[in-house]
Amino acid sequence: MRPLLAVVLLLFAIAAQAAISAYKFDTPEQEARFNKLSQELRCLVCQNQNIADSNAGLALDLRRQIHEMILAGNSDTEIVDFMTQRYGDFVLYRPPVRAGTLLLWVGPFVLLLVGGVALAWFVHRRVATTSETPLSAAEQQRLEALVRERGGQS
Amino acid sequence: MKMRFILPLIIFAALIALFAVGLQLNPREVPSPLIDKAAPNFDLPRVDAAEARITRSDLTAHKVSLFNVWASWCVACRQEHPFLMELARDNTVPIYGLNYKDERKDAVAWLKRHGDPYRASGFDHEGRVGIDWGVYGVPETFVVDAQGTIRYKHIGPLTPQVWREKLEPIVRELQGAAS
Repeated sequence: MRPLLAVVLLLFAIAAQAAISAYKFDTPEQEARFNKLSQELRCLVCQNQNIADSNAGLALDLRRQIHEMILAGNSDTEIVDFMTQRYGDFVLYRPPVRAGTLLLWVGPFVLLLVGGVALAWFVHRRVATTSETPLSAAEQQRLEALVRERGGQS
Repeated sequence: MKMRFILPLIIFAALIALFAVGLQLNPREVPSPLIDKAAPNFDLPRVDAAEARITRSDLTAHKVSLFNVWASWCVACRQEHPFLMELARDNTVPIYGLNYKDERKDAVAWLKRHGDPYRASGFDHEGRVGIDWGVYGVPETFVVDAQGTIRYKHIGPLTPQVWREKLEPIVRELQGAAS
């Protein structure tokens, strides 16, 4: 039983190794850049995965493209520009702030503000209508008259 | 009616409107940044003859041409294929192909079996030209004019309806212009 388990575990080890060292880099710094870029770029075929996680054909091609560009000495900005020129802002998990994406960036804060204002308004109104306001002199007199009339019994 | 009844009603109506619009959009159709931009250069061997080349200037030799991305492994390409054959038979518009991430023998066999609507098809085995053209789902069809500008891109199979409503008006306009 134990040898079998060892073999199975060993297979996992090989698979994990293969996933990591698919690409060779000159420096660890290059590899770190590769990992960062491929995690920030979105796979267009599967849409909710980044290029690093996806096994779609296009994601593999784009990983190869990033790898080649890093080895060729391209900067991160150049690589991201390369991708957006071809696939648009959609490939970026962190789209740039511009007219078209403004709603995306400020939308949640606007909603929060609207919600906060609405909440404050409702709370204020509720407090205003339910809080005890002191009786006016005329009301006080009438109250006392009513109490006297009923002989102080409620 | 009081404000506190009207307000939820307005919010509800606004949500319905938002969903009505949002649910009719197709999230798979990502707008291409290449529309109205110059078509990317390419120089590829042809599918049917490895020694012959197909380049961007083959496309721009016409007033307007279609550049259709296809592959033998692509199921939806089978679906649009009869319609491409029809367009080619009627000589409606010249169609060029980009054979995307395919094996040459599979591509040749596919064309032999289903017919070849293309003036020529480029053999993009590694998908590099595909990346330059922003291809992410096969089939895709580009409308390219004589200046080499991409005028339209359709993602997914080209159906008679899509042709009539989207591509044909652009193609007719370009064919009519400067004749």
